[in-house]
Amino acid sequence: MLTFQILANGLVLGGLYACIASGFSLVWGVLNVINILHGSIIVLGGYLAFFAHAKLGIHPFLSILVAAPLFYAAGYVLQRTLINRMIAAPVLLTLSLTFGLDLMAQNGMLLAFTADFRTLIIEPPLGVLALGPVVIPIDRLLAMLLALALTGLLYLLLSRSRIGRAVVAVRMDREAAALMGVSVKRIYAVTFGLGAMMAGVSGTLLAMIYPISPLTGTVYLGKAFVVCVLGGLGSVPGAMVGGIALGIVESFGALWFGPENAATLSFLLLIVVLLVKPTGLLGRKGYE
Amino acid sequence: MTTLLQLSGVSRHFGGLKAVSSLDLSVDRGEVIGLIGPNGAGKTTLINLITGVHPATAGTVRFAGEDVTRQQPWQAARRGIARTFQIVQPFPEMTVLENVTAAALFAGGLAYGERAEAAALEHLQFVGLADVAGKRASTLTLAMRKRLELAKGLAMNPKLLLLDEVNAGLHSTEIDHALALIRAIAARGVTILIIEHLMKVVLNLCSRIVVLHHGELIASGDPQSIVRDPRVVQAYLGRRYADASH
Amino acid sequence: MPTGVDAYWLRLGTTMLMYGVLAMSWNFIGGMAGYPSFASAAFFGLGAYAGAVAQKYGLPMVVAWSLAGAVAALFAAALGFALLRLRGHYFAIASLVVAEVLREIVNSATNLTGGGMGLNIPVPQMASIADQARFFYYAMLGVAVLAFGAVLVTQRSRLGFGLRCIQQNESAADMLGVNTTLYKVNAFILSGVFVGVAGAVYASWVHYIEPPDVFDVLYSIKPIVMVLLGGAGTLFGPLIGAALFLSLEELVWRNYLSVHTGVLGLLIVLLVLFLPKGILAFRLRRT
Repeated sequence: MLTFQILANGLVLGGLYACIASGFSLVWGVLNVINILHGSIIVLGGYLAFFAHAKLGIHPFLSILVAAPLFYAAGYVLQRTLINRMIAAPVLLTLSLTFGLDLMAQNGMLLAFTADFRTLIIEPPLGVLALGPVVIPIDRLLAMLLALALTGLLYLLLSRSRIGRAVVAVRMDREAAALMGVSVKRIYAVTFGLGAMMAGVSGTLLAMIYPISPLTGTVYLGKAFVVCVLGGLGSVPGAMVGGIALGIVESFGALWFGPENAATLSFLLLIVVLLVKPTGLLGRKGYE
Repeated sequence: MTTLLQLSGVSRHFGGLKAVSSLDLSVDRGEVIGLIGPNGAGKTTLINLITGVHPATAGTVRFAGEDVTRQQPWQAARRGIARTFQIVQPFPEMTVLENVTAAALFAGGLAYGERAEAAALEHLQFVGLADVAGKRASTLTLAMRKRLELAKGLAMNPKLLLLDEVNAGLHSTEIDHALALIRAIAARGVTILIIEHLMKVVLNLCSRIVVLHHGELIASGDPQSIVRDPRVVQAYLGRRYADASH
Repeated sequence: MPTGVDAYWLRLGTTMLMYGVLAMSWNFIGGMAGYPSFASAAFFGLGAYAGAVAQKYGLPMVVAWSLAGAVAALFAAALGFALLRLRGHYFAIASLVVAEVLREIVNSATNLTGGGMGLNIPVPQMASIADQARFFYYAMLGVAVLAFGAVLVTQRSRLGFGLRCIQQNESAADMLGVNTTLYKVNAFILSGVFVGVAGAVYASWVHYIEPPDVFDVLYSIKPIVMVLLGGAGTLFGPLIGAALFLSLEELVWRNYLSVHTGVLGLLIVLLVLFLPKGILAFRLRRT
């Protein structure tokens, strides 16, 4: 029975991880840029939800409606003004650029919000859902379902809308897409905007479950890395598979090796998968 | 004459695609062999099999009596198998001299130092690039880069030189120049396997021609008999030859 | 006899030499071979803990430092054989994650390392605090001289030439007879061994280490910034970069402690965006 409980925990965690990683994976796959800033954007989304709830009494589910366009716009502008200049630069430089931006963001958040952990408490508590012996807190369940729904929406956006298909076309073959009249620069900005949007939105969801602090961004970034490597780059289904795989691995890892070693286990998993199957579990060919 | 290179039942598959299948080929020391065949016949794959870029899916490759089927490219280079590329691959930010010195050092077996450079300079003189030895490789014209590839190949002190379309993209005086160079290399006793689209070059240069079609060896013989071989004409040569003789 | 000013300059000098070691070491793998390594923090932390644990079990300090170098070199060799098959982002990420894994392992191995409580390193018996400071300055100078010597020898050898070939075009180097795996692993070992020793000297110098301190990701980032500042693949570039970086850091650190990391970030961003000369001279493979 414990197995089912752990599995349920893993699935809930996995849904959130999928949401965390989908935008990161998209940016990496389409732009060939590793966005180190991703973790800090998630934390910013958390602060947005926290303050909207604390000052204005807005439920985190509702603040998503504000977070999504806001973070999309910020990401779009950031790409257009800064990151686009370095898009064809060597790996080391694009990595350094987003790393530098992340250091600035972390420092800025520390100054603005201090390093204290803040917790968003929803009153009254939603309670738990009991399915036989398996118990799931309802807030987590809702956050996970919403995370999966948003990730699914991103998938629909990419596969059904005109702009989404342009993003996918650029990912597959930039030159061909450019020849067909797609403005690659604009698509890059749209993609980065979508990535930032997914980060911000997942931050608002995570705020309901985990305490918020400027330095937790690194942890989320680490999860996004592992999910991308597990699921392969640049595809939403890949992020889903990778996210759920990571959630389950971490839950069972915590059971077998102790919770303090769950993160180490996931990083070891990352290295092993990179070495054995660098294209991810779904076997899609990623960008190097 | 003794056998230098021996391929027995060599196959290479990419997924479901058979790029080369059950191929037997024997090359004697001192031969100049032309390897021809339509695009996609598996010519470059064959060279990759010989140089260890792709290991054979089945069969064995023997070089100078040694089984080299599983070798790495750098091992092939040190054993005396040199190749030039269809798309030239210099080290762009190094000088022409450094490019050739690298070949003399790592494959040619020379020690690091002035002797390797002196040897490299000799090879550059041989191909007529001594004047530009100090220039960066990225500044060379295509014809010069092809000659640089030849100089690198020579500096590797090869027993077997694999030339992959060294004449593609060159105009006729440049081709004549390249032909003279290849003849001079052959006269030194280097065994040469040359992939070539221009029949003029192959017929002029080679003592034997082998024809690849759909990954299989369909004919092998002296140039005159190959030209008359109905299978070859049917598979490939008729149109090409007609084109080339205009 | 020694004044406060002396102590300040000694500390600065020791830090400068340590940064120099970090930058010169990263240059082997990042500058010469062109692999975007983020493993410096792993080597530094590993060296610091290897040296500290060895001293805890009674080994003399200098022996412990040498042991730390050997541990870092062995670790780099094993890691290199595994990771250097990856390219571009994948290599960068894998090398970045290594320090995290090591940190957690050190955190968990409480018996050996003290875990999150940190580890105290015995203070060498010396006449005065000033003598100690001077001693560690010369120790770090010794490591820096060794690293510089290694750079010098490598750049004028077959290994250095082969690494330049790999940096320009790895598959062409392979075809030309360069045993690329072996060369890259050698570069990785060179990029690890002196950092490991520097980590051990650092541990003895500060008397106390804890996992978040010595496995700090900034130990991976700073050497890259220094090399970017000074010029990759060159002999003096990393040293010049280290000096420049430390000056900037000291200026900001002393005056604006609360925005220290933010200014470091800004420096990186400006460097990447507006130093096209330095960056053009810095040709790393894209994939």
